[in-house]
Amino acid sequence: MAETSSRFIGRSIKPYKSKRFVTGDGTYVSDVCLPNMLHAALLRSMHAHARIGAIDVKEALAIDGVVGVWTGRDIEERISPFPESFEIHPLPWLEGVKPVLQGPRPTALAKGKVHYVGEAVAIVVAADRHRAEDAVDAIGIEYEPLPVVVDPEESLQPGATLVHDGSNNNVVFSFSIEKGNVNRALGAQPTMLRERFRHHRYCAAPLEGRGVVAWVEPKTHMLTVWSSTQMPHLVRRQIAAQLDLAEENVRVIAPDIGGGFGPKVFVYPEEILIPFLALQLGRPVKWIEDRSEHFISTAHGRDQLHDIECAFDQEGRILALRDRFLLDNGAYNPMGLTDAYNTAAHLQGPYKIPNLSVSGTCVSTNKVPNAPYRGAGRPEAVFVMERCIDMIATRLHLDPAEVRRRNFIQPQEMPYQAGILYRDGQPVCYDSGDYPETMNRALQGAGYTELRARQPELRRSGRYVGVGIACYVEGTGVGSFEGAKVRIDASGRVIITTGASSHGQGHETVFAQIAADLWGLTPEQVSVVEGDTASIPFGCGTFASRSTVTVGSAIHGASAQLKDKLLQVAAHMLEANPDDLELAGGRVSVRGLPQRAVSFSELARAAVPGWASKLPAGLAPGLEATFYFEPRTVTWANAVHVAVIEVDIEIGTIKLLDYVVAHDAGKLINPLLADGQVHGGVAQGIGAALYEELAYDENGQLLSGSFVNYLLPGSMEVPKIKIFHLESPSPLNPLGVKGLGEGGAIAPPAAIANALADALSPFAPRVNAIPLTPDLVLELLAQKEVRSEASAV
Amino acid sequence: MRRHGLDAKILAGGQSLVPLLNLRLTKPKILVDLNGVSGLDHIRETSAGLRIGAMTRQSGVERSAIVREKCPVLAEAIRHIGHLAIRHRGTIGGSLVHADPAAELPAVALALDAKFEVLGDGMARAVCADEFFIDYLTTSLRPDEILGEIIFPVLQPSSGYAVEEVARRHGDFAVAGVVAVVDLDGEGKIIGPRVALFGVAPTAVRARAVEQAMIGQQPGNELIRDAAALLRDMLDPPGDIRASSAYRKRAAAVLTVRALTKAVQLCHTRRLS
Ligand SMILES: Cc1cc2nc3c(=O)[nH]c(=O)nc-3n(C[C@H](O)[C@H](O)[C@H](O)COP(=O)(O)OP(=O)(O)OC[C@H]3O[C@@H](n4cnc5c(N)ncnc54)[C@H](O)[C@@H]3O)c2cc1C
Repeated sequence: MAETSSRFIGRSIKPYKSKRFVTGDGTYVSDVCLPNMLHAALLRSMHAHARIGAIDVKEALAIDGVVGVWTGRDIEERISPFPESFEIHPLPWLEGVKPVLQGPRPTALAKGKVHYVGEAVAIVVAADRHRAEDAVDAIGIEYEPLPVVVDPEESLQPGATLVHDGSNNNVVFSFSIEKGNVNRALGAQPTMLRERFRHHRYCAAPLEGRGVVAWVEPKTHMLTVWSSTQMPHLVRRQIAAQLDLAEENVRVIAPDIGGGFGPKVFVYPEEILIPFLALQLGRPVKWIEDRSEHFISTAHGRDQLHDIECAFDQEGRILALRDRFLLDNGAYNPMGLTDAYNTAAHLQGPYKIPNLSVSGTCVSTNKVPNAPYRGAGRPEAVFVMERCIDMIATRLHLDPAEVRRRNFIQPQEMPYQAGILYRDGQPVCYDSGDYPETMNRALQGAGYTELRARQPELRRSGRYVGVGIACYVEGTGVGSFEGAKVRIDASGRVIITTGASSHGQGHETVFAQIAADLWGLTPEQVSVVEGDTASIPFGCGTFASRSTVTVGSAIHGASAQLKDKLLQVAAHMLEANPDDLELAGGRVSVRGLPQRAVSFSELARAAVPGWASKLPAGLAPGLEATFYFEPRTVTWANAVHVAVIEVDIEIGTIKLLDYVVAHDAGKLINPLLADGQVHGGVAQGIGAALYEELAYDENGQLLSGSFVNYLLPGSMEVPKIKIFHLESPSPLNPLGVKGLGEGGAIAPPAAIANALADALSPFAPRVNAIPLTPDLVLELLAQKEVRSEASAV
Repeated sequence: MRRHGLDAKILAGGQSLVPLLNLRLTKPKILVDLNGVSGLDHIRETSAGLRIGAMTRQSGVERSAIVREKCPVLAEAIRHIGHLAIRHRGTIGGSLVHADPAAELPAVALALDAKFEVLGDGMARAVCADEFFIDYLTTSLRPDEILGEIIFPVLQPSSGYAVEEVARRHGDFAVAGVVAVVDLDGEGKIIGPRVALFGVAPTAVRARAVEQAMIGQQPGNELIRDAAALLRDMLDPPGDIRASSAYRKRAAAVLTVRALTKAVQLCHTRRLS
């Protein structure tokens, strides 16, 4: 198809139809209210590990308005278990990496044993939520507590408590990858780092938690389910499979979604239970997760422990890196190797690492299951690598920016083969980008040179100001596919339908901009329909910085097909040659003869079947084309973050003075929305670095199960973020785009940790773990006091 | 309240009670809403001090000209409570009766020896601050009583004061904090020092040892540091996920130094003007 000029791509158009989000008029799952609707509440385990004894539901059933109570026994015959993992591993990857996988299969309600605090044990349906919760309180349940394993290292010890009956150990899966010869390189090199890094457990905490409404149309038995999910098609598949229904009879709608960020990429027990109950009861049933449930039942993220060895030469060039890491999976493993393998695949970052060996082991513990959260394994990798770079700089008395420069892959080396496989089974190959320039822009934006010059004077006056750099690359636009259906209706509008599912990204605007340019229309003349399995047969969903790449390319592909057809119809009507026609303003005209034209609306009305048809012979009716884009592999975005902080060394508090992001996500469709994505991601990354923490005690009780103790950053904690965009187009798709949804969240923990180590450099602190709480900062300072006392003796 | 006793709860600004109801941590059968009751929302200057009605909103006190003039430490402390929207609803009485150990107002009341006017069964009784706060979230109010008014003594025009705290985020309850008030006599020696800490014990606490160490002394960095160091033996703070016990102890001492230093400085400037 002929390239159209870009009139809307690249423009900072305000998001369409977004006023509803500001005025509170969005339609979220909890806004779905149906006549005669019942409400569900769940009894969740208070124990981290226990055998379930007798369950007494008499008192609960006696409460006025309670319709029923279901336990694991009541459903075991009727709801089949979940799969071990929802991730699909491509064959070339399985053959190349040869991972060992042995996951347990969760059931919708616990049976026999509970494995973590929060696991669903019973579900109550009542006339309203209040009574359903009263009934949950009234259920009598006997538990026989079992020993608990909360520490991932302990979980690996011989004789450790086994989280799952029938397993030999707590390892859920393991893998290792290698390039070059790490043993030899490490053996030959005297200068080494040996460090242990911990990236703690925290969670996405979307404003809207999960929620499900299910309704069965009494005449057709058609089941409609509204769910706060990132993956409507997957939810449909799973409901049909686990309830033994025809997919044909199940429709899943993801209405407005108040944030997803990863934990909504797989299917939860409630997404099966609520449809099951609606089918059982013949009435609509609703369940809306409250925040207390969210913390103990929606997937957590991160939680990795890395032991690294890194060899480097006297110039600071990395020669070899070995990383053995543990991922604390919690009790189940819904997303397979996604996070762990992402960590391995992103560890090298924008650097040339000649010898690399990474082995990951994922273990079960009695905690909430772990799953992808914005960045999905990358923030952990970046934390490790970027701390290493700064530690090398400290050892060699070099500027950390200089050490990065010496290790960067250079722009003329693009495309660059990184020597390992990606999760999609293809070799990791950075497609485009200028890493040194990205860093230059970030450093300039932060006034790096001036800051470094001022630092000694600030220190003399007792001010501990530090600068931290963190670089990363991100594989974006991952497969396996996403589709778009492009249709022109009788009003002449272009309607885009896709299986992606926006939860705040602004798809409606971005996809309309892309289609507007392809069709010579304005974005207002394009409608975007998402989040409904009834509108397109196949869909993956929205996750992993992928939708603009995959859906944008699918819109491109479908538009090319449809344009072909449109021109044939127009040529027939205008009695012209298709090659002589052009598109503009919603019309097709003969080049040079603008009055010989036919509008999209007329064309749509001509392309119908039957007596009104004006189609040329042999052409099928309808102005519609569907294209599924199956990317061969990912595009590689990159960015550099710079954090400037000041530390109060008496009370250990950290203040962010400045935050700068230089970001390259290829061709930008809408810079304003891109900024929004980066802002949100950075805010979440700041939360990770300084505030948010899901800590468990030794009994497996969560210590931060509400917003009283789970500290999300607010507007006062997030500084103004300066963003600089670079645009290195990707050669891998027709639009030249790369993904950017996750990026903002990937680097802040590393950048802020580096800034802290820099600010406190006179004390030589070992900043190897986050969050950087005031407690931790004082501890780091005390270590130095202890060390210097020891050396004084 | 008389009829329902422990089954009933007063609803004031709802900023502490409603979260507890939401979490099902408290399940009263009856809520008695004071928001429609008149005569509990006022700030009056009397010879005994500022009489503030229990239902007076925190933001109203914070902005009150008379409070800022006569008892500025109270306005200063309220600035640290949550966010503006919370202070618009939250009441003075609600905060004092809720008696969160990390709350600012109980510490101000203790530091200033405020008086509590308690109403019950047709009778009123006065309780002084150090008898009002009993334990974690517990006061000496009886189930059939309500708090009607609090009397905050006015400060001398020359008094210096400061409120210092460390919170994990802007607007959070403090993990440790201190309210300090000092005055200087004609020779520049310290008189009437008052130091109360919050967030470091089951209730707000007066640091009397610190006060004692400063009475009649010439203020200086060393004096203040030494006085604050006495806290080390006095405190055994609770630890939780927001901050360890050791952290709270250390922060309390640092903040006490900062607050006293600020208060003394303010004293000097106020005496000059
Ligand atoms: C996000 C957030 C942050 C906050 N941060 C802070 C902070 O930093 N510092 C701080 O001090 N507070 C903070 N608060 C709490 C706030 O100050 C509350 O307003 C206050 O603790 C309670 O006052 P209230 O009027 O809202 O009382 P309510 O919540 O209505 O009542 C609290 C308790 O006091 C009882 N009660 C209220 N009035 C009377 C009365 N007259 N007689 C007898 N009993 C009564 C009630 O029965 C209840 O038990 C915060 C609250 C929120 C939601």
